Amino acid sequence: MIGPFLFFLFAVLALVGALGMLIARNPVSSALWMVLNLFSIACLYLTLNAQFIALIQILVYAGAIMVLFLFVIMLLNLGEVPRLPAFDWRKGAAFLLGVAVLAQILYVVALGLDVVPTTTTPMEAAANGSALAIGLVLFTDYAFSLQIIAVLLLAATIGAVLLAKKRFV
Amino acid sequence: MELALNWYLSLSAVLFVIGVLGVLLRRNAIVIFLSIELMLNAVNLTLVAFSQSFGDVDGLVLVFFVMSVAAAEAAVGLAIVIALFRNKTTVNVNEINLFRG
Repeated sequence: MIGPFLFFLFAVLALVGALGMLIARNPVSSALWMVLNLFSIACLYLTLNAQFIALIQILVYAGAIMVLFLFVIMLLNLGEVPRLPAFDWRKGAAFLLGVAVLAQILYVVALGLDVVPTTTTPMEAAANGSALAIGLVLFTDYAFSLQIIAVLLLAATIGAVLLAKKRFV
Repeated sequence: MELALNWYLSLSAVLFVIGVLGVLLRRNAIVIFLSIELMLNAVNLTLVAFSQSFGDVDGLVLVFFVMSVAAAEAAVGLAIVIALFRNKTTVNVNEINLFRG
């Protein structure tokens, strides 16, 4: 019965990341909170047995897009970069334990309200979310859309280079 | 092992609303972009939850396409932010009013 508990754990982490992104004064802090949110959502995809999407989420979003954001924030030098205090193990452990306890409480409340049904056979769902299943559909039924996406990415690359060039506007 | 669909949809709705609030409340263009990414993620979570709940792989393919478009959007959007910052030396959207002369 670890599935529902993991859901509540990562749901709380995702909400904390999103709220931190909303509240943080400094753009760098916002971006780092967003990374926490993206990782939590990737773990939620794993609880849904969508392994391929979870991996792509970490690679593309947390790996590529967020690095691009941080790069632009630091390139523009918006205000001063916050001086991060040395990481305090006790605070980190306290944060993790607090989130775990909150997830546990939510899980128990959901159990008490009898709204935590765990159904669907794992084997079926695992086959559905694998890279093989997605690839089979992606490269046959959606082959044309895939080509369009390739053209779109090329256009976006050219557009970004042109826009970022000096004396464009 | 899978949870009820409702929980994922509720979480996704809350994340989407937080993204909307970010777009409406924050005045920093880069944070507004981050909020848009958050909204895209909330929609992706909905798609994956529905797809896995109905055992249909098409939703996952759609998530793949959404991520590609989000990557393209982030690249172009950040390039626009850089071009704006070069001209106006600010990313506060209240001070950027190019169309009003």
